[in-house]
Amino acid sequence: MSAGPRQWRPSAAPAVLAERARLMGAVRGFMHEAGIMEVDTPVLVCAAPAERSLESFMVADAGFLVPSPEHGLKRLVAAGLGPIYQLGHVFRAGEVGRWHNPEFCMLEWYRPHASMSDLIDETEALIAALTGQMSGHRVAYREVFSDCVGLDPLAADAGELAAAARRLDVAPAHMQASDDRVFWLDLLMSMVVQPTLGHDRPVCVTGFPVDDAVLIETDPEMPGTGARFECFWRGVELANGAQELTDASVARARMDREIRLRESGGLPPVPVDERLLDAMSSDMPRCAGVALGIDRLLALHLDLDALADVLPFAWDRR
Amino acid sequence: MATFNTNQFKGGLKIILDGDPYTIVENEFVKPGKGQAFNRVKIRNLKTNRTIEKTFKSGDSVEAADVLDIDLQYLYHDGEFWHFMEPNSFEQYQAGEAAVADSAKWLKAQDTCHVTLWNGAPLQVDAPNFVTLTVTETDPGVRGDTSGGGGKPATLETGAVVRVPLFIEEGELLKVDTRKGEYVSRASE
Repeated sequence: MSAGPRQWRPSAAPAVLAERARLMGAVRGFMHEAGIMEVDTPVLVCAAPAERSLESFMVADAGFLVPSPEHGLKRLVAAGLGPIYQLGHVFRAGEVGRWHNPEFCMLEWYRPHASMSDLIDETEALIAALTGQMSGHRVAYREVFSDCVGLDPLAADAGELAAAARRLDVAPAHMQASDDRVFWLDLLMSMVVQPTLGHDRPVCVTGFPVDDAVLIETDPEMPGTGARFECFWRGVELANGAQELTDASVARARMDREIRLRESGGLPPVPVDERLLDAMSSDMPRCAGVALGIDRLLALHLDLDALADVLPFAWDRR
Repeated sequence: MATFNTNQFKGGLKIILDGDPYTIVENEFVKPGKGQAFNRVKIRNLKTNRTIEKTFKSGDSVEAADVLDIDLQYLYHDGEFWHFMEPNSFEQYQAGEAAVADSAKWLKAQDTCHVTLWNGAPLQVDAPNFVTLTVTETDPGVRGDTSGGGGKPATLETGAVVRVPLFIEEGELLKVDTRKGEYVSRASE
């Protein structure tokens, strides 16, 4: 709770809220033109995603607030619904900061039979339609990482990554050398690489390491790489998309791994989403999907430098 | 030992890192959509006054620094320490050379100074922004010369030397800006 007088007024200026409304309409217009149908799956669900670093709000006697509509949308894809999207609020506990509000607006969509590359094209087209910003320039994770850090992210071991982090002055205080490769990759990516991305225009980075992949396909042509991309603008992560995993047994094994890591990381365990696994076992078509942060897109488009500037009521005055 | 969690980080919070007291200047929460959360903070060392950037794993704890900012009245200098007093409690503090540093040349008895205490002892003494001091030594000015151009050095009662207009004489009371070390005006006392 922040100290100071109680604020009842909105965090965003009225003109910004008008732009926000315009953006929502423009998103729906784009989706309609693209033949993607809007759905509104529940935000209060039985199971939280099994991910080592994601904390979902628990609702007593009811379940969890969704950090993403992914599971509901994938069940609809498995049920044969065709291209679908959801535009609405999602929730992530403990994430408050300049670019983080525990409740935020996510646009997420899935296309059966599409490839990740198709969805990258579509993400770029969407951003261009909404902001006038053309991207169309993609880079490989392996390349940007090695340019900024001087190591091959797929080959370097935890010790080498840790040494690089210390050399680049981003190793956390009180950190014993950790042999967790994912930890060091996350750290170097967030602190060193990401701030350099999308300086002038949004940029999509493809081929993220597969170490912490849960519901995404691995890239058959690049061992160690997931079929996952992220889009960045001015150092801020805007979108995350992938070729989606359809193999339920691989999914279950990865979920179990994540749940074990949650426990060792001190996060509460979460129940596995059995209904999602059932849907995946039920001949789910190959599909690709993208999740995009609407608030961040709006803020960057309007040249504002915090999420609070585009939210009706940011966390501290909700 | 009191600690702070990274989720309590905000500007002005005082922490201990590598044995030194720091104040948080800026705190940024960083988390990729799929990954660990970190805090990237700008912190200023209260002993050296240097600002550095540090990364913390979100959820980590740091030692809280027992740092307090108070106003103290300057009493006297005994040749080794500078002595201060809290005007309400009459509690006395002594500050060493490192804490007083450049402020020493502006300190006049009874003046109120902003002092940063660490573990109860003065870490840094700030002289008031403006002080009124008597000129103890300066060359005589030319009577009637109010041109002010060029100026001349004048030694003040504390030993500080400032440039003053030519018409200023010994014994006069001056108002001085301690941050710039500059003459402002004659004092109206």
